Amino acid sequence: MSAAETAQDKASARNGWLLSTPALIILTLFAVGPLLIVLVYSFLVPGKYGNIEWAFSLEGWRGILFTKDIFTEQYQLADANVTIFWRSIKLSLLTTILTFAVGFPTAWFIATRPPKARALWLFLITIPFWTNLLIRTYAINEVIRNEGLLNTLLLNLGLINEPIQILYTDTAVFIGMAYVYLPLMVLPLFAAIDRFDMRLLEAGYDLYASRWNVLRRIILPITKPGIIAGSILVFVPSLGAYVTPRVLGGGKQMMIGNFIELQFGQGRNWPLGSALSLMLLIIVTGALLIYVRYANGDSRHG
Amino acid sequence: MTQVNAVEARNVVKAFGQGDNTVRALNDVSVEIRKGEFFTLLGPSGCGKTTLLRLIAGFEMPTSGTILLEGADITYLPPNKRPVNTVFQSYALFPHLSVAQNVGFGLQMQGRPKKEVDETVARMLALVKLEPMANRKTSQLSGGQQQRVALARALAPKPKVLLLDEPLSALDLKLRKEMQIELKRLQTETGITFVFVTHDQEEALTMSDRIGVMSAGKLQQVGAPKDIYTRPVNRFVASFIGETNFLSATAESGAARLGTGDLVELPGLTGSGSVTVTVRPEQVRLVDPAEAGAIAATVKTLVYFGTDTHCHLALKDGTEVVARLQSPATGEAGLAQGQSVGLRFAAGAAQIVED
Amino acid sequence: MADRSFSVAKLPGFTATAIIVFAALYLPIFTLVGYSFNANQSVAVWGGFSLDWYAKAWANTQVKDATVLSLIIAVTAAVIATAVATLAALGTTRRKKFRGETFIYVMINQPLMVPEIVTAVTLLIFFGIIKQATGIQGIGYVILAHAAFCIPFAYLPIRARLEGMDLSLETAATDLYASSWQTFRFVTLPLLLPGVIAGAMLAFVISLDDVVITEFVKSGGQDTLPTYMLGQMRRQMTPEINAVSTMLLVLTVVLLTAFFFLTRKNDQ
Repeated sequence: MSAAETAQDKASARNGWLLSTPALIILTLFAVGPLLIVLVYSFLVPGKYGNIEWAFSLEGWRGILFTKDIFTEQYQLADANVTIFWRSIKLSLLTTILTFAVGFPTAWFIATRPPKARALWLFLITIPFWTNLLIRTYAINEVIRNEGLLNTLLLNLGLINEPIQILYTDTAVFIGMAYVYLPLMVLPLFAAIDRFDMRLLEAGYDLYASRWNVLRRIILPITKPGIIAGSILVFVPSLGAYVTPRVLGGGKQMMIGNFIELQFGQGRNWPLGSALSLMLLIIVTGALLIYVRYANGDSRHG
Repeated sequence: MTQVNAVEARNVVKAFGQGDNTVRALNDVSVEIRKGEFFTLLGPSGCGKTTLLRLIAGFEMPTSGTILLEGADITYLPPNKRPVNTVFQSYALFPHLSVAQNVGFGLQMQGRPKKEVDETVARMLALVKLEPMANRKTSQLSGGQQQRVALARALAPKPKVLLLDEPLSALDLKLRKEMQIELKRLQTETGITFVFVTHDQEEALTMSDRIGVMSAGKLQQVGAPKDIYTRPVNRFVASFIGETNFLSATAESGAARLGTGDLVELPGLTGSGSVTVTVRPEQVRLVDPAEAGAIAATVKTLVYFGTDTHCHLALKDGTEVVARLQSPATGEAGLAQGQSVGLRFAAGAAQIVED
Repeated sequence: MADRSFSVAKLPGFTATAIIVFAALYLPIFTLVGYSFNANQSVAVWGGFSLDWYAKAWANTQVKDATVLSLIIAVTAAVIATAVATLAALGTTRRKKFRGETFIYVMINQPLMVPEIVTAVTLLIFFGIIKQATGIQGIGYVILAHAAFCIPFAYLPIRARLEGMDLSLETAATDLYASSWQTFRFVTLPLLLPGVIAGAMLAFVISLDDVVITEFVKSGGQDTLPTYMLGQMRRQMTPEINAVSTMLLVLTVVLLTAFFFLTRKNDQ
């Protein structure tokens, strides 16, 4: 390269950095930087009235899974914590599976509409996506509560004699999460199916494949990046869900998100809360790395 | 004193990428483009012709070498300081501006008074016959009209050189033919030097004063269309411009001996060793096989093209030769597959080309 | 007339599933909206049509204050986020890839990757320290927190718009004697504007919708509409929440419709 070319590249890179600097400053101060403080806090001792005391301790991290017996001072598995983790993982997985099972046909349906209708259907999926999560959770509450739409309907039809208690159960949280995160599954699936070349189906049928074989051997493998993206996009926020379990679980059916909050509230164990947050972050990052690895190797950036 | 060239490139090298991935888009190219001529850079895609154009426009900087505009070094001058304008392959018309605003853009950026801008825009629109479209949005125009706007926009600031990057490639055949004539007219009327890039050899032959044939980052030959066609310097130029036959031969004094043993007269040829002889299909005559000096051949296939017929022949040693026969004339009606014929090359038609 | 030809794109049960999904998506929302017109005191029983709850919500100073605060935060955060995101998008697109570009990209999208609850907790701690050290209080903390997580939402549509923009337009401008500033002012910016507006609208909606981070970062008396509603849901529920939700819902739908048309125009 000539000196002029090098100078041009350098100027271009410098401008790139300069233009990005304001955004980077805000993000460093209010998004990325504070994570380091949390890392430090996770290794300190809880203060009596919340906050921390400046003494090194591994109790925060140990507290994720173990609890110290008050009398014997022995560490034992914290059953309550394990229950919460298990519920979080179970509900997140179930949510992912259900949203995929109903989301794929929905995305397929949208992608196979004529262009104009497609834009409209897509818009109909997008509205709930951008609608306040709290409102949507509350909307589900309106349907499943004891005097809600579902129970009223079933009672009037004479199918049940007394309302089914769904609200404040795992089922309620599960229904709620599937409801609020469904668009996150449908949108990437749609993107993948939209790119899918329908002529491949003609080729498949031409080569004697059945509908099932076409789905299993052609459609699903080719739309795999979208399936992985959708699954991650649903699984990750499900695992960190806070609002939905709080409103529909009634504070009893806690998930990791609520458990973290508890440590900063009544629990008064900031180091444990910090450690739990970081654990959640690590799991989520792991999931995202899997995504980057398997989804599309030719990421548009790079 | 000799006349100053409009554009001159001296030993220009342009490399992309770094280390092992370096690709030399231009490999030591030197060319002189004369004032007021219609100069065409012709070559297949990836040959470096567009890169050379972008270097002249100032969108890229050469890795080494110099570019002169009317004798002045402009190698590192930014594009907005060069009195050179470009007609882009995609036209690059500003979608948020009207036709008139597009045409006046360059003058406005130069800070010319509004009156002058308006007058020039009107004149330019008249030149490309688009006056009624002045206030339209560019997206409302047809491909051919967009092409004219792009031309008017690039001509409006009266550039010293107009660069045209495959401007006709997006048009259909009929429109392309019309625009070829239109471009030639504009060039004559304005007297501006045109540097035209294309991969279409027919376009190059019909429009240009001179052609520079490029391949693999190098300028292969520069000359008038007729010279390029009739006197190609190498195998690439011969095969890229028009169709041709290549025959391996051995050099002798004043002639080349083909693999079949037949002699092809080539006055001035000296030396020895293998050479490649080229003959255009329309210069191949079919004669009576018994005629003295005729090269024996067998008819393989006949391909009918309407105005003419291509007769694929095989020589004794298997070499294929194509002869183009004018349809009604030569009496190809008598030809049949497998028939034995004699070949003769028109006088001066056979050439030696470098490989 | 029935189309009896074999449709390759048709898969059994898919259309039915999709219709059920759309119904299931909208039924709860319509229920919520419907109950907002319930004359009855509790949300439980239908007592006839009424607009009382809207009047009540309108007269409720807490709702009013929360609405005003929500709007102040959302507007300020969206403006900040859009401004810095526009610059960053200009810095990270359409130039030769430079060292650190991927880093910048990851940083900008970081808020999308971190669970909200984690960000909320981190900011709770971080702002706690700052408040203790400086004694400065105020709504600025919430605004800055919102600005930060709104950046990727503003950045992505602007970036998409920039990447979709024909680079040869700017090349053409420089060829026609425009300086870098003139090129930006007369070509890049006018073409980019729909993307900037779209980005700002997304940032606004995202800020307006946020519950978790605001809930952790806010001080006493700094309730936004969503945190106010969350608080109400813990107490007894009246259709007033439905009325407030409906109003917020309408605002979101209006903005999204505008966004939809704005971005659709770009494609043509």
